[in-house]
Amino acid sequence: MTDYYAVLGIPRGLSLSLDDLQQRYYALSRELHPDRFMQKPEAERQRALDMSSALNDAYRTLKDPIKRAQYLLTLEGFDIGEQRTKDVPPELLEEVFELNMALEEMRGGDHSARPQLEQAEKNFTGMLVETDQQLQSLFVQFDASQSFDASQSFDASQSKDALAQVRNVLNRRKYIQNLVSEVERTLSPNPQAPIPAL
Amino acid sequence: MDIDFTSTGHIVGIDLGTTNSLVAFMDLTGPRIIPGADGDKLVPSVVSILPDGGIVVGNPARELLLTQPERTVYSVKRLMGRGLEDVKDELKLFPFHVAAGSEAVIQLELGGRKYTPPEISAMVLRQLKQNAEDYFGAPVDKAVITVPAYFNDAQRQATKDAGRIAGLEVLRLVNEPTAASLAYGLDKRENGTVAVYDLGGGTFDISILKLHDGIFEVLATNGDTHLGGDDIDNLLLRIALEDLQSEWGEDLSQDNEGVQRLRRAVIQAKEKLSFVPSAAIELEYRGKHYQREITRELFDKLITPIVDRTLGPCRDCIKDAGVGVDQIDEVVMVGGSTRIPLVRSAVENLFRSKPHTELNPDEVVALGAAVQAAILSGTVDNKLLLDVTPLSLGIETMGGVVSKLIHRNSTIPASATENFTTGVDGQTNVLIHVVQGERELVKDNRSLARFDLKGIDPVQAGIARIEVRFLIDANGILSVTARDQRTGKEQTVEVKPSYGLTDEQVEQMIQESFEKAEQDFADRQVREQRVEADAILLAVEKARKHAAYFELAEDERAAIEQAVHELLVVYNTDDHHLIAAKIEEVNQATIKLAENMLKGTQT
Repeated sequence: MTDYYAVLGIPRGLSLSLDDLQQRYYALSRELHPDRFMQKPEAERQRALDMSSALNDAYRTLKDPIKRAQYLLTLEGFDIGEQRTKDVPPELLEEVFELNMALEEMRGGDHSARPQLEQAEKNFTGMLVETDQQLQSLFVQFDASQSFDASQSFDASQSKDALAQVRNVLNRRKYIQNLVSEVERTLSPNPQAPIPAL
Repeated sequence: MDIDFTSTGHIVGIDLGTTNSLVAFMDLTGPRIIPGADGDKLVPSVVSILPDGGIVVGNPARELLLTQPERTVYSVKRLMGRGLEDVKDELKLFPFHVAAGSEAVIQLELGGRKYTPPEISAMVLRQLKQNAEDYFGAPVDKAVITVPAYFNDAQRQATKDAGRIAGLEVLRLVNEPTAASLAYGLDKRENGTVAVYDLGGGTFDISILKLHDGIFEVLATNGDTHLGGDDIDNLLLRIALEDLQSEWGEDLSQDNEGVQRLRRAVIQAKEKLSFVPSAAIELEYRGKHYQREITRELFDKLITPIVDRTLGPCRDCIKDAGVGVDQIDEVVMVGGSTRIPLVRSAVENLFRSKPHTELNPDEVVALGAAVQAAILSGTVDNKLLLDVTPLSLGIETMGGVVSKLIHRNSTIPASATENFTTGVDGQTNVLIHVVQGERELVKDNRSLARFDLKGIDPVQAGIARIEVRFLIDANGILSVTARDQRTGKEQTVEVKPSYGLTDEQVEQMIQESFEKAEQDFADRQVREQRVEADAILLAVEKARKHAAYFELAEDERAAIEQAVHELLVVYNTDDHHLIAAKIEEVNQATIKLAENMLKGTQT
């Protein structure tokens, strides 16, 4: 697996400066983009294509906090199985149950469920904001656990713990995100979903 | 600007449009359009096949659209990279016919021969290439060609094929709005967020870019490759045809020539309506007269649904770009249809700022392509385009569901890696179906190609590990490579494009076009020699009445007559060398005569 951090020349971490990232990305793009190699032999052009696609893939992944966290988890050997997102987080059981009832009513044409759904959408969107804040502080926590230098007693389990927590929050976030999308779809069904060019 | 013009060989920028095409290049003074022999910068993208097989392109072909409509093709861009099913509705509006057996690739039947859309486009490209060569007095064989940003893989591939058939190495396909931003950024702005609204003859694109010290980073793009001025023309045309049905009691729609005359009248009225509050559709045909006044108000009402169709993609694009409307500093208008006042006001309302209209909307894309050509040649080294892929790329998984590998608006080049295994013991190949589009089910997306991974070691089901790498290059075109992870062996990937030409077909067309080009060249040389021959024969004819002719010795006169006779004998052959040789013999035989005639005039 390509190490996206190495591609952009930054240390592994979860919270990073987007300005710095963009600057590095632009500078490296000027160097590696295939446009710069048009007059060069085929082997060099192929290498530029490989390197610039890796650079673009790296930037796309690391500039987005969620993708970045998922990527680091995989890099650190965590299994971020999609299946987990189907399990209802226990603390949400009751709310999700009621939400599903309301969604059923709405889909069945009973529009009296609308206010309840709108309220639920608000609640869950609020939860998303919360999880993002949680992630932020976990990011800082993880980065701090990484930055201990060798002279200090470094506890590897500390960073593993932080990552495990990141994974849990990510799964919870994904679950809530799916709920919000589901509510949005039900509230404003869009029969003309974007259709690709034929 | 840091420009170095010491490198040789011109790379031209080409805007291969639905209605018009242009070729441009960049020099010290900046990018500029190369006009055709008739002085026109715009070469109509119209091709006509003469009864003798000759090919006519551009303005003359546009005239032939009226007199031989069934041998003349326009708006072929709308057919590029498409299947018959996609375009069967609009094919009804075209005067030309689709050949039988057009399932895999559409073929047009013109004067008894079949042509694919890339071959027709190649004829337009060859004309532009010729115009550039005449301008430089040197061969041109490399080009940057623009395509609508929302073109899918098949449409891009078809455009690239057209370039190859025309004898051009297509160094890069650039998205039209991105090219426009390059010309615009060169001129007006170095930093900021810019939206490019590009409504042309047949396609619509919207792109949002971030400009940052010479980097042009596309944030998002959206569009509709089947929306443009042509749709407005067809709308007005239908109205006029209905009028004629009731006024003349005639169904003109079956009369190709009548339809094309009416179409031209409709376009003229449409173009006028951008500048005057009312214009007439007028037709004189077969002794009958038709006139219909269209007010701007009615026109606006008629085209509102078409203009509205551009707004959805704009909103989606803004959302995907992750910017607010108020963060967009400028909206740049590109394409002839943006001259329409309703289009301008709709864009102004949506983006809440007055759109930029001072650049020539017909030329800006070609100018941008010329800038990109200069970037690729290394003469411009402080600018860089970072473009995106307009459509998500996915593969078919269980139950006809799409698994997305590269999402839309990913900066290109972009790649994704996926592992595959076998489902049956001893299985030696795996078929991967690649689709493009945003929908969840395979059937709702565009089938792109089937990749057959062959030569897998026959092992137990589920043991094989084939790593497949999908790479979208800077042209937005997909390539697939595969590796057997257990053996480390590169895997053969056989591509079956769902639409479009195979490599072999393109090679064959290149071959044919070279032969054709050689034929054309030979024809031209023969014609040129005959012109020379005519001139010298006329001169001899005149000289025979001159006193100097009679002063020659008899054998000298006989030599002249013999040479003239031999020239006349070969005059109608196709061998230009032979004609040239006989012309030279006449020349030699008449040297003394010419000298004597000259002396005669001096004394």
